[in-house]
Amino acid sequence: MPARLLGASRRALLLGSGALFAAAQLPRVAWADGRDPRFLVIVLRGALDGLAAVAPVGDPDWQELRGENALTLGGKAAALPLDAMFALNPAMPNFNRLYHSGRALVVHAVATPYRDRSHFDGQNVLQTGATKPGALDTGWLNRVASSLVRERGIDPNAKRSLAIGPVAPLIIRGPAPVLSWEAGRLPPVSDETTMRLLDLYRHTDAAFARILEDRIGIEAIVRAGGIDGGYKVGRPAMPQNGAARVRAYFADAAGAAGRFLATADGPRIAALGFDGWDTHVNEGPVTGRLGNLLGALDGAFDALATNMDDAAWRQTIVITVTEFGRTARINGSGGTDHGTATVALLAGGALKGGRVVADWPGLKDANLYQDRDLQPTTDLRAVLKGLLRDHLGIAERVLTSEIFPDSVAIKPIPGLVQA
Amino acid sequence: MARDPEKAALALHRFGFGPRAGTIAAIAGDPQGALLSDLERPIAVNSGLPSSDAEFRAVFAFRAAKRAEARLMRTKATATGAHAMQGMMAAEADASPGALRETPLPQRVVLAEAGARIAAARDADIGFVERLVWFWSNHFCVSLNTSIMAGAYEREAIRPHVLGRFVDLLLAAESHPAMLIYLNDAQSIGPDSVAGINRGKGINENFAREILELHTLGVRTGYTQADVISFAKVMTGWSLRSPATDPDIGGRFVFNPYTHEPGAEMVLGKRYPEQGVAQGRAVLSDLAQNPATARHIATKLVVHFVADDPPAPLVNKLAQRFRDSGGDLKEVARTLITAPEAWLPQRRKVKRPGEWIIAALRATDQPGDVRRVVGAGALLGEPLWRPPAPKGFSDDNAAWLDGIGERLEIANAFAERLGPQLDSGAVLEAALGPLASTETQRAVRRAESRSQAITLALMSPEFLRR
Repeated sequence: MPARLLGASRRALLLGSGALFAAAQLPRVAWADGRDPRFLVIVLRGALDGLAAVAPVGDPDWQELRGENALTLGGKAAALPLDAMFALNPAMPNFNRLYHSGRALVVHAVATPYRDRSHFDGQNVLQTGATKPGALDTGWLNRVASSLVRERGIDPNAKRSLAIGPVAPLIIRGPAPVLSWEAGRLPPVSDETTMRLLDLYRHTDAAFARILEDRIGIEAIVRAGGIDGGYKVGRPAMPQNGAARVRAYFADAAGAAGRFLATADGPRIAALGFDGWDTHVNEGPVTGRLGNLLGALDGAFDALATNMDDAAWRQTIVITVTEFGRTARINGSGGTDHGTATVALLAGGALKGGRVVADWPGLKDANLYQDRDLQPTTDLRAVLKGLLRDHLGIAERVLTSEIFPDSVAIKPIPGLVQA
Repeated sequence: MARDPEKAALALHRFGFGPRAGTIAAIAGDPQGALLSDLERPIAVNSGLPSSDAEFRAVFAFRAAKRAEARLMRTKATATGAHAMQGMMAAEADASPGALRETPLPQRVVLAEAGARIAAARDADIGFVERLVWFWSNHFCVSLNTSIMAGAYEREAIRPHVLGRFVDLLLAAESHPAMLIYLNDAQSIGPDSVAGINRGKGINENFAREILELHTLGVRTGYTQADVISFAKVMTGWSLRSPATDPDIGGRFVFNPYTHEPGAEMVLGKRYPEQGVAQGRAVLSDLAQNPATARHIATKLVVHFVADDPPAPLVNKLAQRFRDSGGDLKEVARTLITAPEAWLPQRRKVKRPGEWIIAALRATDQPGDVRRVVGAGALLGEPLWRPPAPKGFSDDNAAWLDGIGERLEIANAFAERLGPQLDSGAVLEAALGPLASTETQRAVRRAESRSQAITLALMSPEFLRR
């Protein structure tokens, strides 16, 4: 198919105005200090059981609370010790390795300001950065991109942020243009057809035109940057087994994010969404459903790290966030119901890692939130503010007014990022 | 009455599954009346497929046999030397690809169910009732990820009730085994029930919470955590017969008194005395009549059919009719299509992926290969009967706009395969009639190939929006 051989410059030519690469051709003054930071947020939809991911094995009430579901340091599936208090789920050896080399960090007993138990409202608060559901209709990560462009004249991602998957998560939706990318499995569309359709949209439907322009932009990166898996015909089929499929999907998606973020003129801010964390029944923290998911997430961290060159990885921070935690106790069907506080998992070469950051609330009945959930002691916004200020250099004024409105009282956590 | 082909085309796109050749002209005399009479036709219910429990048992037996076979193989392999055995199996697999590659039973069940659903939407004159089936199936969604019954569930619990009373739809959905499995109620056990005491087990809140939040009242309508817990206790015992111990009727609904929490419960300030399964029916029946439910349903219908930002007067009309008619869903549908607010010429909604795929089959008069249609939906972020969460697939444009690039790939693949045989001018006329803009007409006419012309027609803004 000859059209596939067209290079990036030919594409720009076809577009006429050169708009396609306008942002990429901006002088890369970027960050005055010569840094070029990358930031990826992974949204875990469904509410991650933080106590099963990072267990407080040093808490005297832990084993009684979870019984046979409690991770411990002994036995066949021994948890991986992080410090005197906490141990990591054994399904996550890669994260463990990153942690002990100072490139991963855990924040525990953390929660958004949302205190009810609806997934959909909880995700809305998590992704909009508002204090209550439905208050904002743009994602906070999109506002981060807008503010970088405006405040510092930086184009953090060659004009665009990146969402991986067929549907952009709310966290990255908003006025700042967003690219989306997904591994294609169909025959490619000829440039000619794309350009004619774009011409039609430009004359009839501005919304569709913008989306198609962004789409063309990202395809150019796919080809020019040598990113694999974009439009290969005869790509190997996904493995059939359910857990293996999830693992492959997570690793594919995270690996693609890593390659995009590592590309010299690629995006610098990205979001990924992983589903399936709503473990009401037979949670299986180690060898069951949740164990499989955590193992897949662990594979995603590894895929990210291994798909970036050292220079890019050193400038990268990735954080997993989720709408809320789960009940501290196990429910009637071997699972956990909707709860409150949970963990945030951070990794990346730019982190000052190797630590669990937690103001531990304890697990006695009286310590639990509403006598059922892990008590939140750290506001997730404090963690995010710390990262956004120290990694991306966003002013506190902007963080408080625009990124996370009504959050004056929530101070950024200092020292998460390497000086 | 003056003929109004533009309104006819709008009716077909907005309320139906899009025009087929000749349908715009057929209803141009009275588009609104055509939609009203669509509601009077019998709903296609029995498509000759097995019942959900029969499918469930068959798939259960299939999987059990597979496990037994695998175990037997392992035992034999140990006995005769694993390597030799594996070698033999591999040789056999190479020798008889046809036999081994036969579609496995679970996949065949899904394809048959998907085929029936696609055919009903593709072949409908207008498709308004089929759109309602899709709407309600998404409102009361279940997932193939948790049970093979998801397709049959739509036929059995949703389809017969979409023009009936909401309370009947609600009861049918919540008591269907596919739903009881999906929202974990089949495993929820009253802590003071016989089984709860003997096994030391308790309730699972998921079902009760999602009924309140998603199926009836809507989120933040005043129910409390205590209501969720009490309601969850009421709904204990709603379960299904096990296919392992009941090979003849396994997979059917059963009320299990041994797992049902005994005693009266307070839900939303009202006391419900212990009456076994009737206790749950009483709560559901009251939820169906709650004004918050009327408002929630009215809002969702308007968001689905008319605009992301639903016009308040139209929502009020539908909610009012819902309450006044005791939740008569045919009356609510009538109110929607007779309201002027529903007929604004601006087409603000982007068709959901599945709607767009069916519309493309109708416009091009193609039967559609079931596997390809299902695969396309999955690639566009709307995998059939596998919603991302109990809330179902989103009805906001924002959720689907980003997928336009993927739609182009689907349209292109479709047109490259079939376009050369199609008359693109006729397809455009069938698909859009008077709605086709001059720009779209020109682009299709000037296309470099028939395939490209079909791609452009299916990707034109007029065809993507409704």
